[in-house]
Amino acid sequence: MSEVEASDIKADRSKMHVSDTDVAIEINSMNKWYGDFHVLKDINLKVMKGERIVIAGPSGSGKSTLIRCINRLEEHQQGEIIVDGIELTNDLKRIDEVRREVGMVFQHFNLFPHLTIMENCTLAPMWVRGIPKAEAEATAMEYLEKVKIPEQADKFPGQLSGGQQQRVAIARSLCMNPNIMLFDEPTSALDPEMIKEVLEVMVNLAETGMTMLCVTHEMGFARQVANRVIFMDQGQIIEQNDPDNFFDNPQHERTKLFLSQILH
Amino acid sequence: MTDTSFAYVRDEMLDEQPAPATSTGVIGWMKANLFSDIPNTIMTIVGVVFLYWFIPPIFNFLVTHAVFPWSVENTIDACRTEEAGACWIYVVDRFNFFIYGFYPAEEYWRVNICFLLGAVTLVPLLWPDLPYKGLSAIGFFVVLPVATFFLLNGGGFTGLAEVPTEKWGGLTITLIIATVGIVASLPIGIVLALGRRSHMPFVKYVCIAFIELWRAVPLITVLFMASIMLPLFLPEGTSIDKLLRALVGVSLFSAAYMAEVVRGGLQALPKGQYEAADALGLNYFKSMYLIILPQALKHSIPGIVNNFISLFKDTSLVSIVGLFDLLNTVQATTAQVEWKSPHQATTGYLFAAAMFWIFCFGMSRYSMYMERRLDTGHKE
Repeated sequence: MSEVEASDIKADRSKMHVSDTDVAIEINSMNKWYGDFHVLKDINLKVMKGERIVIAGPSGSGKSTLIRCINRLEEHQQGEIIVDGIELTNDLKRIDEVRREVGMVFQHFNLFPHLTIMENCTLAPMWVRGIPKAEAEATAMEYLEKVKIPEQADKFPGQLSGGQQQRVAIARSLCMNPNIMLFDEPTSALDPEMIKEVLEVMVNLAETGMTMLCVTHEMGFARQVANRVIFMDQGQIIEQNDPDNFFDNPQHERTKLFLSQILH
Repeated sequence: MTDTSFAYVRDEMLDEQPAPATSTGVIGWMKANLFSDIPNTIMTIVGVVFLYWFIPPIFNFLVTHAVFPWSVENTIDACRTEEAGACWIYVVDRFNFFIYGFYPAEEYWRVNICFLLGAVTLVPLLWPDLPYKGLSAIGFFVVLPVATFFLLNGGGFTGLAEVPTEKWGGLTITLIIATVGIVASLPIGIVLALGRRSHMPFVKYVCIAFIELWRAVPLITVLFMASIMLPLFLPEGTSIDKLLRALVGVSLFSAAYMAEVVRGGLQALPKGQYEAADALGLNYFKSMYLIILPQALKHSIPGIVNNFISLFKDTSLVSIVGLFDLLNTVQATTAQVEWKSPHQATTGYLFAAAMFWIFCFGMSRYSMYMERRLDTGHKE
């Protein structure tokens, strides 16, 4: 798969702490259909604060759909999803509340091309949280420094490389000061040398204790950063385990097949 | 194997050399653009011959043989000679009528103030580098219409002589209808476009019905309906001003077209933009205002301006309900006996065409300028 090996990723697990008591996300018997197609089947998942979960699986297995349900970009039809103590229903106010607390990074970055990098980062804090412009810009600059591109603040997204754009997208989400971060294949649209710079930013984020759910094919990242790997196929959770056991000792036939195909 | 004949290592970097003279400058440009190959050369020669045949007669008609106020022979008799060209003295004589219509001559200053006010409020709005955009917007969208109405109409508290709208005319009324139509149709069109994409069935179908109804009817029919049919449906005694009815008709007609242009822009946006706005917690109105519409409208600029231009020219249709717009005032004078001459009508229509062209070409150039300026170099 990727050129980035586990040994390329330097992560300090001692800085990552999983809470024993605080639940970040709870999903109970959740089902979702696209029309007649049963895309997610009986999903049960409890995520504690500070967990780094990597969701893997073949394409079409429903992994993206699952994390998109967590901030209601997709609507589930059955079961319950509770994020940060708020249950997701059709109530728009609750959806907005959840979205304020949950950041999301997309495969194709989805930066706003008509706004500068700085404006991309300050827009939501100013218009959703009502933070004054100067303060929002200071926060944005802080995060742009953390993702190592403060000098690009006045450029437009179209002038940046893919890796830089994705790092801006991460900074943009962090500017809302979220409790949970969702990553939907954040490196799949990037060239190999750019994958590494984005993964580095994600490792740094994990070291701050952020709760992270990542749909990714970067198994090196999963091994070094995740505390739990979830394998999905055909809309179901097939297997979950800590990364060492998941990679070295997979149980289910499908997991074995999948790992043999993507690891060399 | 050490004997590889293709092995090569550069040991000296090359200096930059100037491009050959035949590929730069005037000769280079002509070679590249006018005579690059045989078909191109043939087209160039045909083009030059075409210009040689057509430009001189047109120039002679418009200038050399034309009768200007400053010509030696500057009376109507000069226009009536065999070789006379355009009869500009007739246009100059009727110029005030073309601009003000039947507005009383001693009150022209009121119209002039409105023109001036329009220019003064519009320029800062269109010139991106000038500050105080909010103030200019209030000036153009609030102060200007109110001031124009009271100044032109007069009567009441203004202390000015009342001039009913039937007396307004010429370029004045063309500009009033075009400006009101343009300013009203864009926001109505945006609302209709958003409504048509709404998930709420009632809103959606009302918008679809409105758009499809207005688009399916010719503007002439709309104007006839507004001026002849509408009074039949209103309670007896209520009369709505003829100009106002035309304004409403033109605005709603144009809004239906605008809605579809804007909808095209909305559809061109990648789904990811909507999702990113949602994921950041922006509600519907904020995400439309901050993220979606700025991009969708930018994509739609060519279509929007296309509509503006077509609306500007369509204002001449109000003549069929008895309003004297620019074209209608020109037409009314083409048969005036005192200016009777072979090219009287031609000259009048040329003048009208030139006036329309100036405004439409101006809009077109401005839109191209804005497109370049708003281009942030992204291609999704």
